[in-house]
Amino acid sequence: MDPECSRLLPALCAVLADPRQPVADDTCLEKLLDWFKKVTEAESSLLLLQENPCLVELLSHVLRPQDVSPRVLSFSLRLAGTFAAQEDCFQYLQQGDLLLGLFGEAGTLGWAAWNVPTVRSGWIQGLSSLAQHPSALHFLADSGAVDTVFSLQGDPSLFVASAASQLLVHILALSMHGEAVEHHSPQGSAWPTCAQKIVGHVEESLRSTAAPQVTQALNVLTTTFGRCHSPWTEVLWEQLSPLVACLLERDPIPAGHSLVDLLLSVARSPVFSSADCGLWETVAQTLSRLSPTQAGPLALGTLKLQHCPQALRTQAFGILLQPLACVLKATTQAPTSPGLLDGTLGGSMTVDALLSSKSACAGLLCQTLAQLEELHPLPHRPSPWPQASLLEAVVTILQLCDGSAAPGSSVGGRLCGTLAGCVRVQRAALDFLGTLSQGTSPQELVPQVFAVLLEYLESPDSSPTVLKKAFQATLGWLLSSPKTPGCSDFGPHIPLFLGELFPVLQKRLCSPCWEVRDSALEFFTNLSRHWGGQADFRQALFSSEAPTLTQQLLRDPESYVRASAVTAMAQLSSQGLHATLASPEHPEAEQGLLREFLNILSADSEGFPRRAVVQVFTQWLRDGHAEVARDTEQFVATVLQVVSQDLDWEVRVQGLELAQVFLTQKLGQPGHCPYTVALPEAPLPRLRPEVLRTLCQPWLLEFAFRALFDCDRPVAQKACNLLLFLRDKTAPYAGTQETGDSPHLDSMEAALQRWQAGEQGQPLGDPEPEAMLAVLRSLDLEGLQGRLAESSDHVEKSPQSLLQDMLATVDILEENEADCY
Amino acid sequence: MLDCGLDMTSTLNFLPLPLVQSPRLSNLPGWSLKDGNAFLDKELKECSGHVFVDSVPEFCLPETELIDLSTVDVILISNYHCMMALPYITEHTGFTGTVYATEPTVQIGRLLMEELVNFIERVPKAQSASLWKNKDIQRLLPSPLKDAVEVSTWRRCYTMQEVNSALSKIQLVGYSQKIELFGAVQVTPLSSGYALGSSNWIIQSHYEKVSYVSGSSLLTTHPQPMDQASLKNSDVLVLTGLTQIPTANPDGMVGEFCSNLALTVRNGGNVLVPCYPSGVIYDLLECLYQYIDSAGLSNIPFYFISPVANSSLEFSQIFAEWLCHNKQSKVYLPEPPFPHAELIQTNKLKHYPSIHGDFSNDFRQPCVVFTGHPSLRFGDVVHFMELWGKSSLNTVIFTEPDFSYLEALAPYQPLAMKCIYCPIDTRLNFIQVSKLLKEVQPLHVVCPEQYTQPPPAQSHRMDLMIDCQPPAMSYRRADVLALPFKRRYEKIEIMPELADSLVPMEIKPGISLATVSAVLHTKDNKHVLQPPPRPAQPTSGKKRKQRVSEDVPDCQVLKPLLSGSIPVEQFVQTLEKHGFSDIKVEDTAKGHIVLLQEAETLIQIEEDSTHIICDNDEMLRVRLRDLVLKFLQKF
Repeated sequence: MDPECSRLLPALCAVLADPRQPVADDTCLEKLLDWFKKVTEAESSLLLLQENPCLVELLSHVLRPQDVSPRVLSFSLRLAGTFAAQEDCFQYLQQGDLLLGLFGEAGTLGWAAWNVPTVRSGWIQGLSSLAQHPSALHFLADSGAVDTVFSLQGDPSLFVASAASQLLVHILALSMHGEAVEHHSPQGSAWPTCAQKIVGHVEESLRSTAAPQVTQALNVLTTTFGRCHSPWTEVLWEQLSPLVACLLERDPIPAGHSLVDLLLSVARSPVFSSADCGLWETVAQTLSRLSPTQAGPLALGTLKLQHCPQALRTQAFGILLQPLACVLKATTQAPTSPGLLDGTLGGSMTVDALLSSKSACAGLLCQTLAQLEELHPLPHRPSPWPQASLLEAVVTILQLCDGSAAPGSSVGGRLCGTLAGCVRVQRAALDFLGTLSQGTSPQELVPQVFAVLLEYLESPDSSPTVLKKAFQATLGWLLSSPKTPGCSDFGPHIPLFLGELFPVLQKRLCSPCWEVRDSALEFFTNLSRHWGGQADFRQALFSSEAPTLTQQLLRDPESYVRASAVTAMAQLSSQGLHATLASPEHPEAEQGLLREFLNILSADSEGFPRRAVVQVFTQWLRDGHAEVARDTEQFVATVLQVVSQDLDWEVRVQGLELAQVFLTQKLGQPGHCPYTVALPEAPLPRLRPEVLRTLCQPWLLEFAFRALFDCDRPVAQKACNLLLFLRDKTAPYAGTQETGDSPHLDSMEAALQRWQAGEQGQPLGDPEPEAMLAVLRSLDLEGLQGRLAESSDHVEKSPQSLLQDMLATVDILEENEADCY
Repeated sequence: MLDCGLDMTSTLNFLPLPLVQSPRLSNLPGWSLKDGNAFLDKELKECSGHVFVDSVPEFCLPETELIDLSTVDVILISNYHCMMALPYITEHTGFTGTVYATEPTVQIGRLLMEELVNFIERVPKAQSASLWKNKDIQRLLPSPLKDAVEVSTWRRCYTMQEVNSALSKIQLVGYSQKIELFGAVQVTPLSSGYALGSSNWIIQSHYEKVSYVSGSSLLTTHPQPMDQASLKNSDVLVLTGLTQIPTANPDGMVGEFCSNLALTVRNGGNVLVPCYPSGVIYDLLECLYQYIDSAGLSNIPFYFISPVANSSLEFSQIFAEWLCHNKQSKVYLPEPPFPHAELIQTNKLKHYPSIHGDFSNDFRQPCVVFTGHPSLRFGDVVHFMELWGKSSLNTVIFTEPDFSYLEALAPYQPLAMKCIYCPIDTRLNFIQVSKLLKEVQPLHVVCPEQYTQPPPAQSHRMDLMIDCQPPAMSYRRADVLALPFKRRYEKIEIMPELADSLVPMEIKPGISLATVSAVLHTKDNKHVLQPPPRPAQPTSGKKRKQRVSEDVPDCQVLKPLLSGSIPVEQFVQTLEKHGFSDIKVEDTAKGHIVLLQEAETLIQIEEDSTHIICDNDEMLRVRLRDLVLKFLQKF
């Protein structure tokens, strides 16, 4: 601990011990505790206590309950635990019976403050920190703390209850720590007393008829198997699994969710990867007994396991598919694709769940669709994957949701009524449908998919979020649709679909709802990016009004839409898809677009469109867009001039990115990647004077220098990196034309100093490139980079500052108190 | 009578009435029978495979055969769309009763009628077709003429004079106002949230309550929100006027309307919106007010053409108390409640009584025109259909749900202009109905048969029907229903002086009884208990006495009423105390029998009667009776 902190500590401890001086802020105590933890990790706790007796005094002081506020008591309990984590310090504190006073039955437990959840939480956390060594284990056993922890599992405060369960697991693991190494997985009866006590308690809870107790026991076990992967856990499971299995006999099954968590935790434990130990039977039994909603997560978890019997995987997959199978069964007379309807035994429970209420039905379907979506991209997903049936099912669900399905049974009719207009299910189904595009689907089903997607894109009832998902799914399907072999263009479905899609897209671009216009633009941009070169697409696009409408949206009242329109127009322009631009007789169209973008950049009142414009310009510069290539310097100069006036720091950062691209194009890539083997340095070609002059143009350097002193740190950082790059690239030419003490240099340095001081008014003038470079070299850019890299609160985060702040707060509180009287 | 709407779908069978001579319509070929007989070719014309009556359009009236409408005492009107048949009833059936409606209903109803009369009268048509109505001939006609019902009762439009006379019979009412009808029932209009001044009605007596829910909306549009709370505790809820397009969500439709409008106008096309001069148009104009700037349509003129356009736009701004809260609060700023005022001020919305006159000078294209009539058979809309129908750049957007848009368009075929169907019906849908019924919990629901089954075209949509417990009682045309409740009680008032004279006696804690001797006076379904007349003075003349005795029944001195029960054991002890011996008690199913064997007497004590049976010993009976009476309370 540094001496300054040591000096401040007694005063602080005195403040903490004084009940008349309340600590204003809980977070201070948290920070203090974090600091102590850091200190004790680096130094001996014992030494710390001996050098700072005020700390022990503070701990002793809190033993007088009437004098301490609950938050200081909680803090002290946790502090004591932190110190006692080291065995020698533990012994030291034990000598004065301090620990027993704090954690024993005669201590905190009996005080009125025990009713405050913070104190109970502090007690548990203190013990958790303390329980690190055998002495602590004895202490826990002797002090009766374990029994208290048992009772705290049912604490009304969820934080306390959860921490109590965690502590039990921690104690169990600690007490078993040495055992497993010495004896190879001893039987339960030979376990240490403390472990036996905890296991006994868990067993008792599992036998209990009260669901909360069963849940507590299952949670303890879940954490145990999740954290401890020693051989003794196998013995523990052998001992407890019959009790767990007994839970399945009860009706209803208590704590279904916790049971699922436990089984998955056990199954994921590496200890059980090879051994059988009846786990899979229990999982299979649980799958068949739980309700479809509860069984879903277990089925998904099971399928995600690497080592799991095939029969169980089949059963689990069957459970996941059941709701979809029910939907198909209820709506189709004769299923067209086999696979989904085969294993639908026990489907009545699923049907009941689907029909019981609207929320249950939507909940089960959403869960199932999300689970299958999660499973879809996994390499070890069930095989064969019933792509066709899943497609059929999801298309049917979407049809049920928009009322276009014609169900063939009464169950189907009721499903139709339940799901009609259900946005939640629509969203989930469209998400899954989008995911299914990443697979090989039977060609005969693709038109159905496009038809239902078009229905959703067209429907006036599709909510903006549903539409967004429909656009995303459509994009997925369009991009994944196979091309006709031997032909550069699309298969038969796509041109037809595009013919219907563009009128819908046009309508959506005119929607009164800005979210819809935005999603439509995003979709249009993505589609153009991928398909801009395809003749079919170009044809459909040119025969539509979409490009004109997009251009009109550059003046949309909603800033997000304007930003999306900028991106979309840029995309069209890059690919020669801008309607008027495409015709060679209108060369002014592109200039018009550039002018329009520049106008947005300089005049738009919102940041998003301006950011979008700079991003587009940067991309155009990278790609050598025709308009930019005509006069790159002029282009960059104009843009940077506008950007430098922008109030939005993100726009300025983007402007620096543009400058970086420009410099890179002029000077070559920045330095070697640190991880690649450096090639022998080729002798650098000499920079031609005109290049040097370009690089040192005032518009470029003035922009960078101003940004260096920007009040927004990301801008300054970016500018610093840019100037470093420029300095490094021009370094070899330094000295050859040293300008010495030219008047230019003096005035520039003076200007920079004023900028640094916050006076940004004065321009840099028109100095010589050499003077620019000299200034560049004279700046301590590395130092500045280091300072900028530190977070803005690095000064305030120091422990001295914390201690001083806490003391200062007390002073202020005292002053306020004095004022009152 | 609950409402009197006019079925205007009959007009779809007629040819449109063009404002300007239309060569296309006047040159349509006459229709002839299959055998070539052309005797109907003056009356019926053929257009794109459909046959239309070439005559002044006629309307289908409410049922007049089932009951004699002259016996109707009261008509309750729910909203301005449901009163369009009023002149036919008040002026031609001998109706002498009263019509009740709110002020906006009457004013806007008048506008609708005025517009209708104006549309029809300004294009006089000499020809009136009647030959085709002959039942034998009608059978030979193609559909839909063949299937049209009650064609003989179809009537031409009423005149303005009849409208004025009909409206003069209306009594204005306010929401929650209680109106006594002949003392028998009380009726109260409640806000129904559908249109300006639209109402649901409560019809209640002291012990029964019937709610009539018609054309209600739970959406937040311009009218005052629906009053649901007052509908609670109804014995019967008569439910009608639900949305005609249950699958179309009004919000989605408004979005669709705006998108299509913008798309057409941006492409240089014109948009035609056939509509009524009041109602949804206010909401559409409000949406457009917010939308036109964002869609870059600020320079596009919006025209509202109707003989009552000006009145409608101005009326809407003055009915502040009938508007939703937001709009009401604007009035206090003060600002016009509807933003169409600003559209008019900024010249974005212009209104004209007709296409003639100023409109033709101001007319600029592309533009958006709101005009009537939604049936496309009369009104200025006919002109625009003829004018714009040939270009695919133009669009007609149907927003009113009353007419099938395909049938409306039939006489304009072949049509190049685009047609968009965005029916905006804000009335209750089935989900809202089921929520409403859960909230209001009526004992019985009565509704048209159509609401109790899914629509025929979507028979699997079980969600598109009323689902309530007990199942709704449904009715179809000309059904006579007995409402499932009986009037068991009447309320009787008691005069204060009579009440003063009563001496209640507490027979159980909290329950007191008193005997009342009074005269029951019944007049106008009101019952009043008045004090009985004093016994005639002996000094009064004979004549006078006679008259009194004629007026009121004789008031005999009444025996006191008894109450209480006889505890058998104590009764036996009392008997013994009074010298009776050899007493035997037998239990029976209904009570006890006390046998006085010596006296050969039997006292039968039951819950609600006591009999003393002794042979010809009146003395003994009276003694025993007095002993029994000791155990009972008298009053």
